[in-house]
Formats: sequence, C-alpha cells, structure tokens
Amino acid sequence: MRLPAAIVILLLGGVIGLQAVHERLGGVPAVDTPDMLYVRSPEAMRRLALSYQSLLADVYWIRAVQHYGGTRLSNDPNASYDLLYPLLDLTTSLDPRFNVAYLFGSLFLAGPPPGGPGRPDRAIALLEKGLRAQPEKWEFAQAIGFVHYWWRQDYPEAAAWFQRAADMPGGPFWLKSMAAVTLAEGGRRDSSRQLWQELSRSELEWIRNEGQRRLLQLDAMDQIDQLQAAADAFERQLGRPVADWDDLRRAGYLRGSPQDPTGAPYRIESGRVTLDTASRLYPLPVQPPHAQ
Amino acid sequence: MRMIGHVAVNVFKESVRDKVLYNLVAFAVLLIAVSYLLGQLTAGQDVKIIKDLGLAAIATFGLFIAVFIGIGLVWKEVERRSIYSLLSKPIRRSEFILGKYAGLVLTLLVNVAIMTAAFYAVLAYLDTQFTDTVRASWPAPATDPGMLKAIALIFVELMLVTAVALFLSTFSSPFLSAALTFGLWVIGHFNTDLRNFEAVVESPSAAYVARGLYYVLPNFAAFDVKSQVVHALPVGASYVATTAAYGAVYVSLLLTAAVMVFSRRDFK
Repeated sequence: MRLPAAIVILLLGGVIGLQAVHERLGGVPAVDTPDMLYVRSPEAMRRLALSYQSLLADVYWIRAVQHYGGTRLSNDPNASYDLLYPLLDLTTSLDPRFNVAYLFGSLFLAGPPPGGPGRPDRAIALLEKGLRAQPEKWEFAQAIGFVHYWWRQDYPEAAAWFQRAADMPGGPFWLKSMAAVTLAEGGRRDSSRQLWQELSRSELEWIRNEGQRRLLQLDAMDQIDQLQAAADAFERQLGRPVADWDDLRRAGYLRGSPQDPTGAPYRIESGRVTLDTASRLYPLPVQPPHAQ
Repeated sequence: MRMIGHVAVNVFKESVRDKVLYNLVAFAVLLIAVSYLLGQLTAGQDVKIIKDLGLAAIATFGLFIAVFIGIGLVWKEVERRSIYSLLSKPIRRSEFILGKYAGLVLTLLVNVAIMTAAFYAVLAYLDTQFTDTVRASWPAPATDPGMLKAIALIFVELMLVTAVALFLSTFSSPFLSAALTFGLWVIGHFNTDLRNFEAVVESPSAAYVARGLYYVLPNFAAFDVKSQVVHALPVGASYVATTAAYGAVYVSLLLTAAVMVFSRRDFK
C-alpha cells in the first residue's frame, strides 16, 4: 500500500515539476487568435440553444461586456469593436427581455472611438428591437431620444422620442419638459446636464456611473472654456499663444496646475487647452458650435 | 403496490450507493463559484444570471441522472443475470418495471428538492449583497417563489425523460437507449418547427407527417418556462396543470408500453 502511494506522490511531483518547466519555457507557442463568433445568426442560435436560451443569452452578454471592456482598455491600435453588435444582437434575440443588454448595449455602441465603436445607428437599431419586443418600455424610447440628442445632435428627433416616452404608460412626467427643452435649447450644455442628471439617478449601477462620468465631462468642458478664455486673453495681451501653464501663472491668469475633475492635468499646446488623453474623461463629447 | 414500493426503495438505495447524490456537491460548488465570479465578469445582472444558471443546472443534472440511470434500470439486472432470481420471486413484471421507475423518480425528487434548497439559499445570500434601490430594479425578488413553477415543470419533464429511457431500455442496448432518449429530448424542443413545417416545405405529405410527429412525439419544449419565471412573466396555474397532465398521461403511456414489452421478453 505504501509503495503505490509513494509512486502516486512521485508522479504528482513529476507532473507539477514538468508544468513549471512548461511555464518557464513560455507555454504553448503563441498564435494570432482573433476574437471569433462562430454562429452569428440569432435564429440559428435560438434553435441550437434548445431549452438553454436564457443561459446562453447570459453567456453572450458576459462576452459582450468582456469584448467591450477588453477593447476599450486595449493598447492594440488595431483593436476593434467589430463583435459588439453581433454579440448584443445574439443576447437580445436569445432573451428578448434582457433589458440591461439593450440599455447598456446602446451606450456601449454609441460612444465614439476609442471609448466605443461610434455607431449610434446600431445603438438605435438595438433599442428599436427592444421596443418591438416590449412596446410598453418607455425607457427604451427615452434611450433612443438620448442617442439622438447626445451622439447625433438631432434635437428635433430627440425631442420627438422624449415626448413618445413621456406619452407611454408609466413614462415619467419630467420627460415632457425634457422634450420641450430639447426642442427649444437642444445641444445647450445645461440641458445636457439635466439629461445626465436624470440618468445618474438610475437604479442600474453602470448607467448611474456613466451618468456621473458624463456630468464630470460637462464640468471639464466648463473648466476648459474658462482656461481657454484665459489663454485667449493672454494671447491678445502678449501677441503670442500660451506655451505652457507657467506663461499663464506668470501673467497672473492662473494659480497652481489646472486639473480636470478626475485629477488628471489639463494640457495646453499652441494656445489650445485640451483634456489629457490619459484622463478617464477622454474623449470629451463633440458639441455643436452654438452650444454653451 | 407493496412490491412496487420495495423495488423503488431498493433503486433509491442503489443510487445512493452509486454516489449519484454526489452531483449535489457539484451543483452547490457551481452555483457558489459562479455567484462569486459574476461580479467580476459582468455589469450587474448577477441575480438574473444565477437564476438562469440554477434553473438550467437543475434541469441538466436531472436530465443526465434520468437518462444514464434510466437506461440501466432494466439492462443492469439482465446483464448481471439477477433478473432470474428477481422474477422467480412473487413479483409481477409490471411491478418490477413500475418499481424501478418509481425508485428513479424518488431519486430525482430528492435531487431536485436539495438542489432547489441550495439554489434558494444562494439567491437569499445574494439578495443581502444589494441595496434596496438595486432590488427595486429587478422584475422579481431574488427568492421569488414563482420559480417553483418552473422547477415543478422541470421535475415533470424529468419524469417523462425517465419514462422514455426506461421504455427504450426494455428492448434495446444502453448505448442505443441513451442516444435515442437524447435524440427524442432534442426533437422535443423543435416541436413548434414540426407544427409549422408547411412553411418550409412545399410537399403537403411531408407537412402532414411533420404535423403527425408534432402530436405524437413528446413536446419537451412545453415544460420550459425558465425564462418566463426569471422575468416574472405570468405562468398561469392552468398552464402548469395542463402541462403536468400532459406529462402524466405521456408517462402512463410509456410505462404501459414498457410493461407490455417487458412482459413479452423471454429471458431463457
């Protein structure tokens, strides 16, 4: 009995040792394995899933989140969000009531590069699919209005969707005023702020965090405007653009080193104030010329 | 009836001896590990995913037990030749078959009951990890008793799978029985496609055959209301009752057929 036990322990030690050698040698030779999606047809996947449609929808949702996060954090310049929409489409086809996949998914899809694929059209398509599955969901209509407002700067369309969401059963009353404000003052920073404030009160943590981040972006845009005004005044006064923050400090326009609301330093080059690309708030949203 | 009870208890004891209940440990480990990992893998939805996974795991673990033990119920007795000593005792062949079936159903019942308790325990723990605001966004509470409807139908489905496996094992080899049972289970999920076959083929006779199969083959898809209960969609008591009745009638049909086949078998 002792001999077999000793042999088992010996062999186990051998396995562990060889595994360590294997690891030291670098493991399996690397191959270029891009992210793959073997089945792209939602209809085919629905059939293949048998009675596991919901569970498979969860798996595709986790893949979508991982794909989005992985691409967003990737240093690879060729990294792309190509699989994001197919993954979300599969998720919502397998489980048409997966509400978070529509709401988060539209935020993922609409964000401009490098923070997202910059496809507001697909974000809207996903939300419209959600509305077809659940026509009573005013949240999807609100989110469509939001994509039109924020990413397409199409304020009449945004106002129409906010109004539609307000008219749906359970739609909150503040969406009516949002529709009116959007129509009258679309693109103005304070109306954008009102919109994100509503989202930052969402019960869904990720949307709440996204709302808070967007509010910080609006704060950063206000601060950049003030710093830019100081830089422009400097240029008018001295006839040359600001070279660095020391210029503004010496001229008495500034005290200390300006930082964005997340603590990242602002940058100034050739008299233009910008956000640091390493900031959590980068890139700032594009703003229509008339908006302030 | 007493004989059926004796056989059933023996089947249950044998499954305990064969360590079938060890799958409960795997189930518990799976649920706990996944609930721990989910927070790091996904943006919210932990409770929904645990519900989906728990219900799917109860169905899958049960399916494997039903098939792999179901196909061996008769075959093992024949293979070990213990069938001769059994049938020489004052026990009818029908009692033997029904006892075997009842024993495996009892094993499944204990399995499903314990897995359900573990499932609700994990959900109750998860429930404590969220704020009231987050809980308010869920379509149903974490420990929604409505999920018991899905679990009840899973159990009826497992009873039907067991009956299919037992029926097939009365006349075919274990490998063939397993393959056929899984095959029927898969086809049973394409029931809607069989009903709508005329939409994809032009031949009216093929459509008639498909329509006939739709009525004859077991409709396993009817027992699947997992998505509905997770999203707290209404699953009426009448639906549960009708589906359970369908399952019970189908089980009776298969057991009667199994008894008929087994009664005619010659073990000389």
